[in-house]
Amino acid sequence: MTTLRNKILEILDADARNTPAEVAVMIGEEEQTVANEIDNMEKEGLILGYRAVVNSDKILEDKVSCVIEVSVQPERGHGFDKIAERIYRFPEVRSVFLVSGGYDLLVILEGRTMREIADFVIEKLSVLPNVHATSSHFLLKKYKELGTILVQSGQRERMPVSP
Amino acid sequence: MNVTTLPQTVYSKSRINTRVEQTVPSGIRAFFDLVIGKDDVISLGVGEPDFATPWHICEAGIHSLETGRTSYSSNNGLLELREEISLFLHKATGASYDPVDNIIVTVGGSEGIDLAFRTLLNPNEEAIIVEPSFVSYAPLTFLAGGIPIHLPTYAENGFAPTIEDLEKAVTPSTRAMIVNYPNNPTGATISDKQIDEIIEFVIRHDLVLISDEIYVPLTYEKECKSFASREKIRDRLVLLHGFSKAWAMTGWRLGIAAGPSDIIKGMGKIHQYNVMCPPTVAQYAAIEALRHGDEEVENMRREYDRRRRFITHHFNRIGLDCFEPFGAFYAFPSIKITGMTSQEFAEKLLEEENVAVVPGNVFGECGEGFVRCSYATSLDEIREAVKRIENFVKRHQQA
Repeated sequence: MTTLRNKILEILDADARNTPAEVAVMIGEEEQTVANEIDNMEKEGLILGYRAVVNSDKILEDKVSCVIEVSVQPERGHGFDKIAERIYRFPEVRSVFLVSGGYDLLVILEGRTMREIADFVIEKLSVLPNVHATSSHFLLKKYKELGTILVQSGQRERMPVSP
Repeated sequence: MNVTTLPQTVYSKSRINTRVEQTVPSGIRAFFDLVIGKDDVISLGVGEPDFATPWHICEAGIHSLETGRTSYSSNNGLLELREEISLFLHKATGASYDPVDNIIVTVGGSEGIDLAFRTLLNPNEEAIIVEPSFVSYAPLTFLAGGIPIHLPTYAENGFAPTIEDLEKAVTPSTRAMIVNYPNNPTGATISDKQIDEIIEFVIRHDLVLISDEIYVPLTYEKECKSFASREKIRDRLVLLHGFSKAWAMTGWRLGIAAGPSDIIKGMGKIHQYNVMCPPTVAQYAAIEALRHGDEEVENMRREYDRRRRFITHHFNRIGLDCFEPFGAFYAFPSIKITGMTSQEFAEKLLEEENVAVVPGNVFGECGEGFVRCSYATSLDEIREAVKRIENFVKRHQQA
């Protein structure tokens, strides 16, 4: 069974501009029920915000993104959480994930210039206690982000009227 | 580009076969020509999914090209695919269709319709066409040498035929009957009780039932059973299905015909001579679709369901009475409050608001007073189309 929450989230995930009234029509519920459920999800921190999916490649102002593999020393009692926090607190850090494999934390960083990112890695990240090693990869081109394909591909043409 | 037209010779009598000459082009075609010249049209006139074929299915097609699987396949389709189809039909209907004796992979669902009529009808034998219906049933009956008997259905009966009407339509020359639930253009589904009544009727008059079930995977809220779920009809049922709608594979041209071995053998004779075999690359893609496509089909179905509720809600709100469709991806609202014919409504709506819908009468006379609106288009487009239709209706609403 798909729960009410799942039904609402599936719609908002595809397009958060849908109003509670529209969502209600689409899933066959009362508007008030949907509005309440969205309220609750916001209060519980299940929905944290609504934002546009931006193709940053189209913004003229230059931005540089970098994926950094970080190897760290976990701490007794805290595991990776403390060191992760010391990294994700920096506002220029867009994402931090703990991953399995050859390194521990996958950090995605955004800056205005390569210099800025280099400074961050050299002066802020690699000097943290417990950070053993970093390996930085600058993003060259974004093809798909958060489920959205960012590059222009051939328009699919359908006949305007068909049986 | 220079185009040289062939010289037109005047012949003393028509050299075109009489039935071909008498066959009129589909009303959809005429409407298509009106739409094609216009820019920025929002089209609710499309009878195919707006989704691209799921990528893993395309990948399987690409792989088959890369590995050089570009030859003919066996006439009735790759055995591997027919085995998958057999499993699929068994799961969906409970019926056992033997991959060798009971299944043909056709070039789209349309070939299956053609094969069925040509196999079943002798000259001037009749087939009952339950209308409103897909545009090809009656012409293909006629081109097969048969006589289409148009059986109208109405919104108040859920667009299902009543037994009284069926009894009036049937004659000693009737050989077959074709139904399509979930229905194009109405979106109607059919209840278990109606299925049983139709089956009794078909058996009582010794007919063959052709059931076009291409939309069965796309049903909402309630199930629409396959006629093949009833054992007693299986020896006189031609089940037509296909990959176009549920798997969003219209351009791959692959359909399914399943039925009793004598009929399938007959259909296979025509099929081997007119198409030889269905496209091979598409067949490899279809194997992937049946093996691993369920989740994508379900995701598309859920999206259609949301749009379905959205569009019918708004049609009813703006005064276009809309029968609640539980299948396919069409809504079939009544345009009675405008006092226009279907044709006028569709043409004026296109002219004044740049929205394309299909006049209901192209699906049979009983479709007059309705228009078919496909919701196989993005929600943003549906939202905008509804807005424009609302303006249009307000302007033209009769007091």
